[in-house]
Amino acid sequence: MSDIERHAIAVLVDNEPGVLARVIGLFAGRGYNIESLTVAEVDRANNLSRINVVTSGTPMIIEQIKAQLSRLVPIRVVKDLTQEGACVERELALLKMAGIGEKRIESLRLADIFRARVVDSTIETFVFEVTGSTEKLDAFINLMQPLGLVEVSRTGVVAISRGAANF
Amino acid sequence: MSAEQMNGAEMVIKALGDQGVDVVFGYPGGAVLPIYDALFQQNHLRHILVRHEQGAVHAAEGYARSTGKVGVVLVTSGPGATNAVTGLTDALMDSVPIVCLTGQVPTHLIGNDAFQEADTTGITRPCTKHNYLVKDVNDLARVLHEAFYVARTGRPGPVVVDLPKDVLFAIGNYRPPEQVEQRKSYRPQTEPDPARIAEAADLIMHAKKPLFYGGGGIINSGPRACKLFGELMDMTGFPVTLTLMGLGAFPASDKRYLGLVGMHGTYESNLAMHDCDVMINVGARFDDRVTGRVSAFSPNSKKIHIDIDPSSINKNVRIDIPVIGDTAKVLEALIGALKARRFAPDRPALAKWWKEIEGWRKRDSLHFDQGDTIIKPQYAIERLHALTADRETFITTEVGQHQMWAAQLFKFEKPFHWMTSGGLGTMGYGLPAAIGVQVAHPDALVVDIAGEASILMNIQEMSTACQYRLPVKIFIVNNQYMGMVRQWQELLHGARYSESYTASLPDFVKLAEAFGAHGLRCTKPSDVDDTIREMIAIPGPVIVDVAVDQAENCFPMIPSGAAHNEMILGPADKRSSGPVSEEGMVLV
Repeated sequence: MSDIERHAIAVLVDNEPGVLARVIGLFAGRGYNIESLTVAEVDRANNLSRINVVTSGTPMIIEQIKAQLSRLVPIRVVKDLTQEGACVERELALLKMAGIGEKRIESLRLADIFRARVVDSTIETFVFEVTGSTEKLDAFINLMQPLGLVEVSRTGVVAISRGAANF
Repeated sequence: MSAEQMNGAEMVIKALGDQGVDVVFGYPGGAVLPIYDALFQQNHLRHILVRHEQGAVHAAEGYARSTGKVGVVLVTSGPGATNAVTGLTDALMDSVPIVCLTGQVPTHLIGNDAFQEADTTGITRPCTKHNYLVKDVNDLARVLHEAFYVARTGRPGPVVVDLPKDVLFAIGNYRPPEQVEQRKSYRPQTEPDPARIAEAADLIMHAKKPLFYGGGGIINSGPRACKLFGELMDMTGFPVTLTLMGLGAFPASDKRYLGLVGMHGTYESNLAMHDCDVMINVGARFDDRVTGRVSAFSPNSKKIHIDIDPSSINKNVRIDIPVIGDTAKVLEALIGALKARRFAPDRPALAKWWKEIEGWRKRDSLHFDQGDTIIKPQYAIERLHALTADRETFITTEVGQHQMWAAQLFKFEKPFHWMTSGGLGTMGYGLPAAIGVQVAHPDALVVDIAGEASILMNIQEMSTACQYRLPVKIFIVNNQYMGMVRQWQELLHGARYSESYTASLPDFVKLAEAFGAHGLRCTKPSDVDDTIREMIAIPGPVIVDVAVDQAENCFPMIPSGAAHNEMILGPADKRSSGPVSEEGMVLV
C-alpha cells in the first residue's frame, strides 16, 4: 500500500517486570511492525523507563498502535514524535574493522568525515563508534563493507522531540 | 502502624472480603493449599467447587454478567492455570470483569521447571487485561485491590494474580483498599469531551435516516446506562438494533427495536444499518460478525461511536465522531445537549424512514414453518420463551446455531439476563455460566440453551450443579450435528459434512440421571410445551433433550465477505446457492 508511514513513538512506562514483554507481545500478537526498539530506565526516582519504538503502517494502524499501547496498565504516556512535529532521532553503532595497509587508512579517513571515533584498536583491527540518523549509519556501514567490516552492533533509534515540549 | 499482620493466604481471604466478594469459583491443588486452608477456617466467603478450571472461569463470568459484580476464580498452578486460559480469553473478548487467583510454585523454584509449574503470567499476558506475579507478601494486598480496580473499571476484563506458595505462607502487613494508592499509569477516561458531545448532538439534530446500534458496553456501564438509552429512544423515536452482547439493553417487545444485527441479524436491522444516514454506535465495537464486508458497510452514513475504550475507535470502521467515555455519562451528556438544542426529530423524514423499515420488517425474516412431525429448533426456543416470559428467567447459551436462534427468538426485556460467549465463541460456555448465574440468583429460572455437541465440552459441571443443588435447566436443541459447522459445509463446501456429525451421542436422559439430575426427552412438536412445563416444575437440575430437524439452517445469514444488503433470507432465497467470493471463503 502506498500510504504506509514510518513513526517514532516514545512510551513512558512504569519500570516493572514484564512491561517490555507486554509491549513486544502487543506488536507481535496484533501483527504490527517493529523497525527498531530501545528501552532503558530514564527516571530512577519515579521508577520510569522509556521505550522508543519505530514502527510503520497506514495512518489507521498507527492510530491503533498508539491506542493499544495506551491501554496497557503500566504505560503512562504514549507520544507520537513523528506526528507531533520535529524530533531528533539518533542511533549509535559500533563497527569492528579488520585489515591492514591502504584499507585501514581509507577507513580511518572516511571515519573522520562521518565523525566516527575509534574506541578500540589493535594492530589488525579497529572498533568505530558512530552516532547519527539511521540513514547516516546505513551509509557509513555501506562504505565500510569493502574496507574490512567484520561485525556491526547497533542500538536502534532513540528519539526526543525538539523545542520546549516534554513529557 | 495500624497495619494488620497475617500470612499471605489469610490476606487473600481478607482482601476478597474487603472487596465485597461473597463467592469464589475454584478447584484446589498443591500450590493453593494455604488459601484453601484459610477458606476452611472462615464463614463469610462461599466456595463453589467446579469440575474443571475452565468451568470455574465461565461460572465466574455468568456470575459477573448477571450481577454486574466482579467474578472471582481460584485455581492452582500449572494445569490449573492453563485450563483457565480459555475462560480468561473469553472474558477478555466479551469485557467481563474477572479476578483469577492462580497458585504458583514457590519463588525460589520459578524457572526450574518445577512440578506443576507454568509461566502463568507469560501465558496469560495476551488473554488478560492485566496480570501480576506477587513475589513479596507486603505487595500482596495492594496488588489484590488494584486487580479488582483494574478488572471492573474502564472496559472491564479479566485480571490474573499469580501467587507463589511461599508468599502465601509468609507473614506481612495487610492494607485495606482505601489505603491503596491508584497507580498513575491507569486512568480510564469516563467523562466525555463536551466538544464531541456537541458535534454528536448536532449530527443527530439533522438525521433523516438515523439508527441506534447498541452493544454490550451499555450493559457493562450498568442499569443507569440502559435507562438513559431508553430515554434517548423516547426522546428521538429513532429505530434501534442490538448486537449479540447488547441484547436486553433495550426491551425486545418495543416497536422501535429491529432485532439482532449482523451475520444472523434480522433483515430490517441489517438493511437499516446499510441504508442509514446517521449511525449512533453505543458501546459496540464494529465486530466482523456485525459489519460483514467492511468496504461495503453502511456506506452512506455518518458514524458516531460511543465507547470507553479508545482502541475501539477506528479499529475496523472509520468513525466521524468518536466519543470516549462511560456510556451512562455520555448518554446523560448527549440527552442534555439535545435538550439544550430543543431537539425535535425531523418528523416527515423519520416517518418516511420508518415506512421503509416497516417494509423490510414485513419480510418476516425469522419466519419458520413448524409442521406436525419434526420439531423445528426455532419452535422449541420460541416456546421456551413463551412459557418462561412470566417469570424471572436468565438464559445462557453454548455456541452455534442454537445460540443464534436464541439470540433471534428469545425476547429479552431487561439487561443482565442474557449470557453468551460472543467474541471468542466458546463451546462449553453455557453450562458453567448457568451455574454461576444460579449461584447469584438462587430463586430464578436459569436455562442453558445448548447444542448436543457444545454441552459435551463441559458436561462434567453437571456434577457441580448437583452438588450445590443448583436447579439449572439444560435445554438441548439436539440435531446430532455441529449445526453451524454443518451449515457452513452445506453452503460453502459442497455439502461435504466432514466430521460434523456426532455418532455415539450419549443418552442424555440417562446421563442426567447418572449425575443425580432429571432427564427429559421430547421428539414431537405437540409435546414441546408439556416438556418445558415439566422442566420448570422439577425443582432440581434438568437436562432436556429436544430432538430437532437435522437439516434446519440458521437464517437470515450474511455470507462471509458479503455486505448487509446481500443477505440470504432462507433456503428458498436464490442467492443461497450463489458462490461465495474468494475473499469470503477465507473468512471465519
